[in-house]
Parts: sequence; structure tokens; C-alpha cells
Amino acid sequence: MPILLLAEHAGRSLSDQTAKALTAALKIAGFSGAEIHVLVAGADARPAAEAAARLAGVTKVLLAQDAALAHQLAEPLADLLVALAPAYDVILASATASARNVLPRVAARLDVMQVSDIVEVVSADTFKRPIYAGNAIQTVQSSDATLVITVRAASFAAAAEGGTVPIEAIAGGTSTGLSRFLSDALAVSERPELASARRIVSGGRALGSVETFRDVILPLADTLDAAVGASRAAVDAGYAPNDWQVGQTGKVVAPELYIAVGISGAIQHLAGMKDSKVIVAINKDPEAPIFQVADYGLVGDLFEVLPEFDRALRS
Amino acid sequence: MKILVPVKRVVDHNVKIRARPDGSGVELANVKMSMNPFDEISVEQALRLKEAGKASEVVVVSIGPAKAEETLRTALAMGADRAVLVETDASVEPLAVAKILRGVAEAERPGLILVGKQAIDDDCNQTGQMLAGLLGVAQATFASRVEIEDQTARITREVDGGLQTIEVTLPAVVTVDLRLNEPRYASLPNIMKAKKKPLERKTPADFGVDIAPRLRVLWTEEPAGRGAGVKVASARELVAGLRNAGVV
Ligand SMILES: Cc1cc2nc3c(=O)[nH]c(=O)nc-3n(C[C@H](O)[C@H](O)[C@H](O)COP(=O)(O)OP(=O)(O)OC[C@H]3O[C@@H](n4cnc5c(N)ncnc54)[C@H](O)[C@@H]3O)c2cc1C
Ligand SMILES: Nc1ncnc2c1ncn2[C@@H]1O[C@H](COP(=O)(O)O)[C@@H](O)[C@H]1O
Repeated sequence: MPILLLAEHAGRSLSDQTAKALTAALKIAGFSGAEIHVLVAGADARPAAEAAARLAGVTKVLLAQDAALAHQLAEPLADLLVALAPAYDVILASATASARNVLPRVAARLDVMQVSDIVEVVSADTFKRPIYAGNAIQTVQSSDATLVITVRAASFAAAAEGGTVPIEAIAGGTSTGLSRFLSDALAVSERPELASARRIVSGGRALGSVETFRDVILPLADTLDAAVGASRAAVDAGYAPNDWQVGQTGKVVAPELYIAVGISGAIQHLAGMKDSKVIVAINKDPEAPIFQVADYGLVGDLFEVLPEFDRALRS
Repeated sequence: MKILVPVKRVVDHNVKIRARPDGSGVELANVKMSMNPFDEISVEQALRLKEAGKASEVVVVSIGPAKAEETLRTALAMGADRAVLVETDASVEPLAVAKILRGVAEAERPGLILVGKQAIDDDCNQTGQMLAGLLGVAQATFASRVEIEDQTARITREVDGGLQTIEVTLPAVVTVDLRLNEPRYASLPNIMKAKKKPLERKTPADFGVDIAPRLRVLWTEEPAGRGAGVKVASARELVAGLRNAGVV
């Protein structure tokens, strides 16, 4: 039976998290020979479905459109997935906030144990996943009839585009009346998205205020065309919004370049960035643990170093 | 309204764990254990709701070894009213935990169940959602704000792009995120009082739950470490290095 990949999208645009989860799905298909169908569920999501239909390796796109699916509320989306489940061996998605919300609900209703946050496909039923903030990696084999999996997107490259496959409209969910969407406070930014950026500049508690965070970190990020991240301490203190948090309980990223500014390097922060290709640490404490994972360490006061860094980059 | 709060005993978040060299698991002998940090937050939230007159009783429950009683006593010392210990020495997966919690919820009939977003040992982030699915009730995950009305709760959730606010019908399962509150410390007199608070002992079999794992752990290893690189003396040297590496 085929694999069902739940697409991550923002209504009209498809997130590249989907193409990364597709790579994991293709690896599973490499063992099982299964076809891959992508489910796009939303209220006004045809453009996202069209983008999904262009991804190489996908054989069919299912498009479920209903007002009840507009905000990816867990209850109607789970109803839809549970209804589709009997036709699939594997249901998987990138481990986004939305998928982490809905997939365990689906797994429980199917009486299966979800395999969360896989970083490697070992075989059709065996996967590697991090535990203890990534301080250990477990290889687990599932014995369940249906596999429900979330994929750590940072560990997989995005699948390429290919030809285009058919889009099949299917019945959407219906509102369950259990939950209602009230409002969103979503950041709109011209900057690259944290989860998929090639470069990231992250600030920590050392930034001291929302103003300094803005005045010191953002110009450097602009020079580098980088996304902006933050430590939990910086987010808790209100210097940066919650969706910038990198770490065990925030976003897991693996850009080509990660620059940690005034971040000590607690294990919970490292959990979110230590697979970056090149890590730079700027910290005034030569003993800061962040230097143990940094390819380039610069000991110094960030308020002196960053303007020089910015100037040197521009020259 | 009664609030049910599951609390898990986990390796303390300050401990850097080691995988056993023979791949058989993580070394847990003589390691400091604590309440899962997210569960401290859910206990705190339950207590605040009770103090605000929105809840009448806070019941904490843990599934784990006899020593999980310590975790429950900590929650009782913070101010929870009573505890249920579902005792087992086996390691219980989130699906089975959720099934046991369903049994507890069916017996206790809470109006609200506050679950941690994630246990910092297995990092599964699924138990609360599973429980909501099994009970067929509403769920609101990753909460950074919780307001209780009569029959509903208004929850602000931390999502990928920022914040989302939803309203759920009660009873509901809410999973809590780190920024919801700052948990209190238990005072010494309260720690003494907690010793006398009621604690009921059960087993998974009492709820008719089969806890046999669905995932077989074949191997546990430490990730490939990354060696420290070089220290550079100046911003110019840093830029030169990055240009060399081809990342700027
Ligand atoms: C359950 C749990 C989950 C967590 N999840 C996360 C998570 O997802 N992400 C996360 O980041 N954290 C997380 N944490 C928190 C983590 O343990 C640390 O507390 C946090 O990462 C510290 O942030 P920080 O490095 O900015 O602050 P600090 O540890 O205070 O470090 C500040 C650093 O700035 C340096 N500094 C100060 N002034 C200057 C200056 N002028 N110039 C240069 N350097 C300077 C200091 O030397 C220090 O190293 C979690 C904790 C728990 C318990
Ligand atoms: N053994 C357990 N006993 C009590 N609560 C648990 C247990 N396991 C998980 N939980 C609850 O489920 C949450 C999420 O755990 P997990 O899904 O394993 O990441 C925890 O924060 C606890 O609130």
C-alpha cells in the first residue's frame, strides 16, 4: 500500500518542509516499493497542491478543501487522516508544529505508536531518532500495522521537482465543534525562514533588550541574507519572538552557516543547531560550552565584534 | 472542576546522559532524577487555576517505578491535592501511557487535563495529543496562555510562525509550553504536609492496558561528536575563514 505524506503549507504556498519529508518517504519507498501520495488539506489550498504535484517521486496529490480545515485544527484534520488511513501503510509528515499537533492524535486512534522526529531511515520499518535532546540516537523498529512518522526536516535534503502528477479532489473534513480558531499572530518577514535558511544568525541573553537585539543582530542577518534565531533565554526575556527559538523545544535547524552570538551553548540549545555545517560562536567567555562545537570561535564582546564583523563582510 | 495533571519522572535536565557502549541504552544508574520540566509548568498552571477559583481539585498522576512517588510528592508539595501512582518497572511508551491516562480520566472525570508538551527523555511530544484522541475530546497543544471560561478554554499556542489562539470545548487536553508560567518551589512546611496527602496505588492491569512496547529499540548510541574548530583572533580573520569555507 502507498505512503501518505501530509503536506505542510500556508494556505496558498507549499512549505519546503514537505519536500524534505518527501525525501524520507522516498527512502522508505526505496525499501518497500510503495507509491507516495501527498495530502494537501486546507480551505483554499489548490496552489499548494499544484506545487506538491510537481515534486519528483509523488504519484498522486489528494486535495481536501473545507472551511473546517482552514487552520489545521487537530480534530477535523485527524478525522480526515483516520478516514484515509486504511488505504495506507505509512502516514508521515515533517515534524512541524502542525504535524506534531495532529499526527499523534491520528496514531492513537489507529492504535499505533508514533515514531517521532526520525533523522534516518534504516529500512522500511526501522528508523533512527534522537532522544535526550540529541545526546543519544536510538534505532527503533516498529511492529505496528500502520506507521505514523514525523520527520526531522533538517536531516533530509529537499526532494527535487519533477514532472507533474494528477490532483484528486477528495471530501474535506467537517467541523467537530470541539475547537474553534480565534486568531493568529504570525510574523510577516522578508527574511528567509528559519527552518529552511542557508544561513542563520542567532542571539542569546547577552543581547540584553529587544532594541539591542534588533540593532545588533538584524543588520548582520541582512548583510548575510540570513534568518534570525534566538536562544530560549532571549525569547523568555522578550528580546525575540517565540518562533525564533532554536533548540530541543524550539526549532531544529541545520544551515550551512550558524552564527551564535552571546549564547552559552546549553545542551538544549545545541540540540537544535549542532548539525549545522559551519558553526561560528562569538562569546566573551572563553570557557563557554558553545566553543566546543564551533568551527570558528571568536572570544570577545559582541558589541565590539559584530560591527567589525559586519564591516569585514561588506568589504 | 477537577484538573488532572500527569507528571513524569525523568533524568534531570542538567545531567548530560551517556549511552552505554554496548548499545543497550542510556546509563541511568546513579543519575539525578526530577519531574519533567514541562510537568512542573502544568502543575503550576493547575494550581493557579485552583487559586483563581476556576478549579476545585488538582489530581496528579504518574506512570512509572515505585520511585515515581517522589515526583508525585513534589507535585503534592507544590500544592496538588492528591496523587495516583500507576506502578510498573517497565518502560512505558506514550501510546500505553495515554491509554492508562484515559482510564484514570474515565474514573476521575476531570474538566481539564494539563499535560507537558514533551518529556525531555524520549522527546516524543505525543502523549497529550494521543490522550485527547483516545478520549475523543478537544486538544490544544503548546500552550503559552490558558484562560478558562465556563464550558470552554481559550488557549494561545506557540506555533511555527508565531502564535495562534483557539477556543476549545471542555473537557479538553491542553499541553503546556515553557513560557506558560514560572513554576513555584515547594516550601519546607509544604514538603512535610505533602507526605500525608493521599496517594493511591494502581497498576497498568487495573486499567486493562497492555503495555508491551510497539517499538523495539535495536540500538542506542551517542551521536558523532563534532570536534572544536579553531579560535580566531579578530572579525577579519573570521571572515577570511568563512570565505575560505565557502559559506559567505
Ligand atoms: C526543558 C528545557 C528546554 C529548553 N529548551 C531550550 C531550547 O529549545 N532552546 C534554548 O536555547 N534553550 C533551551 N533551554 C534553556 C537552556 O538550558 C539555556 O538556559 C539557554 O539556552 C541559555 O540561553 P543563553 O545562552 O542565551 O543564555 P546564557 O546561558 O545566560 O548565556 C549568555 C552568554 O552570553 C555571553 N555574553 C554575555 N555578555 C556578552 C557580550 N557582551 N559579548 C559576548 N558574549 C557575551 C555569556 O558569556 C554567556 O555565555 C531549555 C531548558 C529546559 C530546562
Ligand atoms: N510515564 C508517564 N507518567 C506520567 N505522565 C507522563 C508519562 N509519560 C508522559 N507523560 C506526560 O506526557 C507528556 C509528554 O510526554 P511525551 O509524549 O513522552 O513527550 C509529559 O510531559 C507528561 O505530562
